[in-house]
Amino acid sequence: MSEHRTLREREKLIFEVSTPGRIGYQLPALEVPKADPAATIPAAALREEIPDLPEVSEVDVIRHFTRLSKWNYSVDEGLYPLGSCTMKYNPRINEELARLAGFLHLHPLQPAELVQGALALMWELERALCAITGLAGVTLQPAAGAHGELTGMLMIRKALQTRGENRRVVLIPDSAHGTNPATAVFAGFEVVEIASTGQGTLDVDALRSHLESGDVAALMATVPNTLGVFEPEIARVAAMLHEKGAFLYVDGANLNAFVGIAQPGKMGADAIHINLHKTFSTPHGGGGPGAGPVAVSEALVPHLPVPVIEKVGDRFEMVWDRPGTIGKVRGFYGNFGMLLRALAYIRSLGRDGLKAMAEGAVLNANYIRASLEGIYNLKYTGPSLHEVVFDDSRQAAFGVHNVDIAKRLLDHGFHPPTMSFPLIVHGALMIEPTESEGIGELDAFIEAMRAIAREAEEDPELLHGAPYTTPVRRLDEVRAARQPVLRWRRT
Amino acid sequence: MHRYLAGPEDRRRMLERIGCTSVEELFASIPAEVRCGPLELPTGRSEEEVRREFWSLAGRNLTTECAACFLGAGVYRHVQPAVADALLWRGELFTAYTPYQPEVSQGTLQAIFEFQTFVCQLTEMDVANASMYDGATAVTEAALMARRVLPARRRVVLAASLHPDYKAVLRTYAEAQGIELTEVGWDAGGRLDAAGLAGALGPDVCAVIVQSPNVLGVIEDLAAVGAAARGAGALAVHAVAEATSLGILAPGGRFGFDVVCGELQAFGIPASFGGPLLGFFAARQGHVRQMPGRLVGETVDAEGRRAFVLTLSTREQHIRRAKATSNICTNHGLMALAATIVLSLLGKKGVREVALASHSLAEYVKAGIRGLGTGGARLAFDGSPTYNEFLVLHEDPEGLLSRLQQEGILGGVATARLDAALPAGVLVAVTERNTREECDRLLDALRRLA
Repeated sequence: MSEHRTLREREKLIFEVSTPGRIGYQLPALEVPKADPAATIPAAALREEIPDLPEVSEVDVIRHFTRLSKWNYSVDEGLYPLGSCTMKYNPRINEELARLAGFLHLHPLQPAELVQGALALMWELERALCAITGLAGVTLQPAAGAHGELTGMLMIRKALQTRGENRRVVLIPDSAHGTNPATAVFAGFEVVEIASTGQGTLDVDALRSHLESGDVAALMATVPNTLGVFEPEIARVAAMLHEKGAFLYVDGANLNAFVGIAQPGKMGADAIHINLHKTFSTPHGGGGPGAGPVAVSEALVPHLPVPVIEKVGDRFEMVWDRPGTIGKVRGFYGNFGMLLRALAYIRSLGRDGLKAMAEGAVLNANYIRASLEGIYNLKYTGPSLHEVVFDDSRQAAFGVHNVDIAKRLLDHGFHPPTMSFPLIVHGALMIEPTESEGIGELDAFIEAMRAIAREAEEDPELLHGAPYTTPVRRLDEVRAARQPVLRWRRT
Repeated sequence: MHRYLAGPEDRRRMLERIGCTSVEELFASIPAEVRCGPLELPTGRSEEEVRREFWSLAGRNLTTECAACFLGAGVYRHVQPAVADALLWRGELFTAYTPYQPEVSQGTLQAIFEFQTFVCQLTEMDVANASMYDGATAVTEAALMARRVLPARRRVVLAASLHPDYKAVLRTYAEAQGIELTEVGWDAGGRLDAAGLAGALGPDVCAVIVQSPNVLGVIEDLAAVGAAARGAGALAVHAVAEATSLGILAPGGRFGFDVVCGELQAFGIPASFGGPLLGFFAARQGHVRQMPGRLVGETVDAEGRRAFVLTLSTREQHIRRAKATSNICTNHGLMALAATIVLSLLGKKGVREVALASHSLAEYVKAGIRGLGTGGARLAFDGSPTYNEFLVLHEDPEGLLSRLQQEGILGGVATARLDAALPAGVLVAVTERNTREECDRLLDALRRLA
């Protein structure tokens, strides 16, 4: 029995380790008379002590969450090749800087003259993102990539309204992230999906025929696309869209493939969101917080969310009076702590380092491709940039599917790739190593993938039962969904 | 080469296997017309140089820890236990991603399950999601959910005393969704105007959104608002901007509200200039399949052991695409973890103590302001119940604040900075982090400046 399993069996929910009377934190003695809430607040608006909140000591809390942390796989532990998620190293200096008191303990409603350093930092990041994208303006407000998509599409909607147009359709390739169609709907548009070509790229002829209606507001395209293949016609596509009065929205999830090599501005993009937690190394935090700044062309600058930061002489100001703005998309100004980490990363790498980052990401993906092609099927064989999408069709012949391969990888000590996405590849295994990895880590992963391919032929049952060495085995997900238990209750 | 990247020997050996002579060849698929020259950015820097630049930037900000701080209005300065940040430094927690592979993500999953439980306990609701971006987007998502639950109704009634950022974000989203918004003002006591609410309700209303304590600091009569919303067949939504208030105030769940949502930053998340914050969203069991955001559920593994997993994901964008309940594909996981740690530390006793201490100090300051007499600053809506934040009326709020600032006091937020429709004055927030000495300094300055 592994050590993990022992811990697993010992560690309960925090509510279950509660012992009456224990406390985990002490407040300073109250220096003013204790107010009786009932003296000023109606009895019906008051509550008593909340039953069933835990009673635990500080040591209990440290032990509990330290044990929980040991059941997680993380980038610090090894390769985390989730395609499209870009799990790269999170530099520790960024964490240290985000905790400086002058940043961490800064209230968003302090007067502007007391937060000049914060405004300068945001302004510098905006300039850096403009330089990287070759676009005219940036908003740092969106809290995540999907939130950035929504912000960008709302700006496009506003631009159309300003022109007096009520276009309804947004075109989205069938290889897109699920957030794209969801975003378009939440921005008030209708989605028309367009099938990819045999190479998995944009079908320019199909696009042209859709544009004839005059009802197309925008195309949302991921560049390079979710297969890791660059859209060869993207500049021509942008020109076609613009000629018909439509906009090009670029999903910037894969910006890390071409920083310093190509620019969305040169592609003709009108908006691109930038997942700072992908390209610019801010930590994924077990599922956020992210940050999704949006860079836009001149045409959309008037519609940026408020406030925007302006530099007047040596002073930075927040400007709210912008008649064309879409308004606000979240409280205050954005995930400042994440913006700060991203700027620290950009400063650390600089002009040449950012380009070397993109080169490293593409080199590593191609190394994996060259090492596993022929062992795993590659449906689309166009040149890969930062990620490569294999599928399970060879292994399926032995009754082994992508989920089995993924689970077996856990036994080999690696986090699996992204599975079953993009939708145009059945049984997809989408591998994105990122630039953080050296050849040693990649070779170990490649060896594991080869071993699993052999196991699939020789002992498929072994894979169906995997994983065997993890803190828990495969879960009953059907039960979780059919009889949802979404919280603890005292029994 | 760079310290975050592999070395030249790695590069050489990889190119050899790929069969290329240079990395440039791998980019051959990128057409010339979209390529760029060297970026207009500085060259890379050492850790020490980066540290120097950021220390200099941080030095141009005044941290709230170096002043007597009475700023609130949506972001509050509460307990910051050392344990929370010590745990957040663990790479196993902050360098992991969304728990898509539950077998190697039980730490994150169990913590989220605990977070969902804490939110349910605080709100007296059945279910809560894994967190949202912030209070503003959480409240907005509540309006969108009401539209899904009651698709024939397209109007949302909201209190004008909702936090202005929550209103602003709701307006942005509502416009695109074709949702009509009707604002209801406050009465002489600073509470939602009952007659105004009755007049605004109708068969086309899908939700009534009320914040308590509201942006004026006043505690609302949730029982009455809930009953009015129910009477009109609309969903009742309780928005919370100051979550520690839930340590002594009864939440919407007590009064049959359909959604309780808002901002949990007050439980241990540093202000960080307004982000990242921590939105939360709790609802009735019956609405669970219309909820936005991620949910973690309990199940068993192949050996029958309890385990946790992302569930009900058929609501989400990666499955439902254009028909998803939300376009959200992350939560604010690390912030939710921080709040889970802080709520665990505070526990049954601490959650209540933080609220009682904040309320006591606020009542102390209020009493002091009453004692100032008629000149200068005076309490708005005095006599109406408040928790730890209240509005001080003043002829020249900005002038007052800048004079307080000269004495090392961040005296509060001028209402003009929040919403031009609010009465001219300063919103003052007091928490358990404020000392009596700070409160006395504030009162003394108000007396002298009158």
